[in-house]
Formats: sequence, C-alpha cells, structure tokens
Amino acid sequence: MATVSTNEMKAGTKVLIDGDPYSVIENEYRKPGKGQATNSLKIRNLKTGRVLERTLKSGDTLEVADVEDVEMQYLYNDGEFWTFMDPKSFEQIQAGAAPMADAAQWIKGEEICRITLWNGVPLYVAAPNSVELTITETDPGVRGDTATGGTKPAKLETGAVVKVPLFVNEGEKIKIDTRTGEYLNRVGK
Amino acid sequence: MTGRSQDWRPAATRRVLEARAELYGSIRAFFAARSVLEVETPILSRHATVDRHIDSFATTDGRWLHTSPEFAMKRLLAAGSGPIWQIAKVFRVDEQGRHHNPEFSMLEWYRPGLDHHALMDEVAALLAHCGVASRCERTSYREAFVRHAGIDPWTDEAPRLRAALRERGIAEPQRLSSDELADRDFWLDLWMSLVVGPALGGDAPVFVHDYPASQAALARVRPGTPPVAERFELFWHGIELANGFHELTDAGEQRRRFEDDQAWRAALGRTVPPYDRPLVEALQSGMPDCAGVALGLDRLLMLTLGLTSIDQTLAFPADRA
Repeated sequence: MATVSTNEMKAGTKVLIDGDPYSVIENEYRKPGKGQATNSLKIRNLKTGRVLERTLKSGDTLEVADVEDVEMQYLYNDGEFWTFMDPKSFEQIQAGAAPMADAAQWIKGEEICRITLWNGVPLYVAAPNSVELTITETDPGVRGDTATGGTKPAKLETGAVVKVPLFVNEGEKIKIDTRTGEYLNRVGK
Repeated sequence: MTGRSQDWRPAATRRVLEARAELYGSIRAFFAARSVLEVETPILSRHATVDRHIDSFATTDGRWLHTSPEFAMKRLLAAGSGPIWQIAKVFRVDEQGRHHNPEFSMLEWYRPGLDHHALMDEVAALLAHCGVASRCERTSYREAFVRHAGIDPWTDEAPRLRAALRERGIAEPQRLSSDELADRDFWLDLWMSLVVGPALGGDAPVFVHDYPASQAALARVRPGTPPVAERFELFWHGIELANGFHELTDAGEQRRRFEDDQAWRAALGRTVPPYDRPLVEALQSGMPDCAGVALGLDRLLMLTLGLTSIDQTLAFPADRA
C-alpha cells in the first residue's frame, strides 16, 4: 500500500482513514520550538461530503486512497443503475443512486460527466457545469415581458424543476447551471 | 506549466526586503550601544544537537548543519568573550509550514551576570528600540495553562491532560504509543501548541517563564516544590518568537541531559548525533553565570508587517530555494 507522510500532504491529497477515502483541504504544521510537532488536517470525506479535523504527529503516514477523476459519457439508466462509457476504451461502468444524487436530474444521455472513482468504483458523479434541456411543462408565457424580473417553475425533460423567467415557454430549450440549478438563457432555435 | 514558471521570482516584496534590512540595522545599533560584541560561529560542525524534537541536517562528509549557534557561543563565553550576539542562519529538518522554514534567521545573544528575568527586560527593550512593540507582558507557564486551558501543569497527570483535551473537542493524534500516552510533556506540548500558545500575546507580546523541569532543555533548574526550569518563551499573536534560558553551567548535568536525550532517540530508532563534547569541556573549565536567548527574525518580520506566512518574509522560501 502506498503511504503519504504528513509533510507531503497538500490540499487535494487523497488519504484513507478508518476505511473511508478523504481529500485533504488544509494541512497546518505546528511545532513548539522544543516540543512535539503536529499536523492539523482539515479533511473531506469523499463518500459523505462531511468535513472534519484530524491531528497527526508530524512524520506519521496515512495510506493513500486510490481516488481518481475520469471523464465518461453517460449512456442510459435502467431504473437502478446509470451506465457510463469511457469514450476512448469503450469500457463501461455503472453508478448507483448515491453517487448520482446531484447529477441524475440534469442528464439525459451522451453528456460527458466527471466521475470520481475510488478503487475503480464511482464515489461521485458530476454533471457537466451547464446542460441544455427542453421544457416539458410550464405556465403560458407572458407576452412582451422580456426584461422585468419574476419567475415561474418549469419542468424539464429529465424531470428536474427549475425557476425560469415568465417569458419562457413550453417546448423551448434552455441552458442551466448544474452547480446552482439556475436558469442561464434560452438556446436559439 | 502554470505557477511553476514563476518560481524564479522572490516570494518577498521589495518593501519586506527593506524592512528586514532596517530591522537588522536597528539590532546592530542596539547591541553596539550596549557594548555587546557581534560574533560569528561555524554553521558546519562535527557535533549536533540531540534535542528530542529538533533534527539536524547531516552533510555527506559526516558533519552537521547547526540548528542554533548556542554551543559555539557558549564556548566563546567560557573563553571570556563577555556579552556576545549574532544573527545566524540555522537549519532544521522537516520544519516547514505557515510559520516554519527549514532554514531561518535567528538572533541569539548571551549576557553574563543576568538571569532570565533581567534578560526578558532586555528583549523587551530591543523590541521597543526596533519599533516593534512598546511594551511586553509576563506570565508564568503555570498561570498561562490555568488561565487558558483550565489545567494545572504541575499536578494534572497525563490521563487528565488527555481527557481535558478531548473535552475541548480537540482531536488527539492517532496511533499513540503507550510511552506517549503516559508522557506528561507530550500532552503539555499538545496543549501548548493547540490551545495555550495560540491564546497568548493578543495585545502585547507576552513572556511565559518558569517551565516544567522536564522541559528545561539547556536551562538551569531552580530547586523548589516543584522545581522549575528558569526558561522563558516569548509569544505574540499566538506565535512563538523567542526562547531563553538562565543557562545551565554545570558540566556534569549538561552531559547527563545530552546522554538522556541520546538514549531517548536511540530507543525510538531515531538518528543519534554525537553531542557537543567541546561544550561540556567548556562548561568544565567554567562558563560565567549568564542568560541567553534566541529570537526568530523571520517570524518577527512577519508579525511586524502583518503578513500571514513566513514565506512572505523570505526572498526564496524552501520551495523556491
């Protein structure tokens, strides 16, 4: 097993603690002039997203977590699993509901997603930063109102519901920021 | 590609370089006015510190880079130099972080005839002279722990120190050995670096004095109940700036401390450098009663200029050196 020492742990280093993969956020070295040195780590659990703090004696090591980010294309969902394909090797993998919690509502097929793999298994799937989707349900548009504020809910082809400006109509394609869930603009016909 | 290409550039701004030059000028004037002699001693030595928590760089020819000019300066004192000072580059393995660089600048000076309290007065006078701080405060190690940690470093045992840390919601280090679990100094160090130290010197720089005898390092121990080490440290904005001693002058006791530290290192499989025999011989021949102090100049600059990391005070910190 590869290990990493406290003085090699940087922001982004992936380590294994109590069987879970973590990403280092901060590593603060502290040492009294003539005393025991310690490293205070702020770390994020890559399974739960929870942030916690750990103290290590300087020089101690942790196991490196085999975590990597890959780009894969979304193919289809069979009701239980979402299947992705590596566009170069054509290798396919499947992600369950937990890693798909954020991404599932934004993708319909063919999108390139960033997948965080831990020992080859998806930990987290991120949809593309923006996606273009068609509105399947929304109240009728307000003619002429293209500038003033005011929003209404709109249901998209993937089932996601977002807030859109009043002038946007059913059947139109819009661009969404998947990180915030916000409407960006209409996509030209 | 990104970032790397800028590595040739200094980390410190021109203003910081000027502030360092001004500070060194003020220090030189301060000691000249007090007739303290500026000296130079070797950086490269046949001997090294055996301090449990300070590691020296070994050179390929079997020598060591010093971690402080202390041993050589004490040999000068024993030879009758009178009061002496110097600014030295010192080197410590693995010490790198927001407040650490493996190579740093230390101001060190010795005053025959002074005890640690009189030397604290002079440190305060130097800081005032350099326009760093107009006044300093003083507290004992015990008072600092009682006040900021609610523990008594003289009477609370290791299990109590450990439990109290946990009660504060502070995660203790993983994989501790049974020796560490039972070692009061191990827990006191953790308290100092995680809780007490960061709380010190918020207003003015504060001297912490009279350490546990077990943390005497090279300070003399004053008999009493309990006996205390005549040692002090200076904290400002939670950062340790200086360490001083009413110096141990007893050669036999010095040798015993060196040998104890070597044995501790050997038992843990750590490097065991040869301790500084010429220092023990110098003490045998007689070193005047004196006090000495080492002050980190990079950290002092960092705090004086309101910077957040030691790297910003260095032309080329370790990652760019």
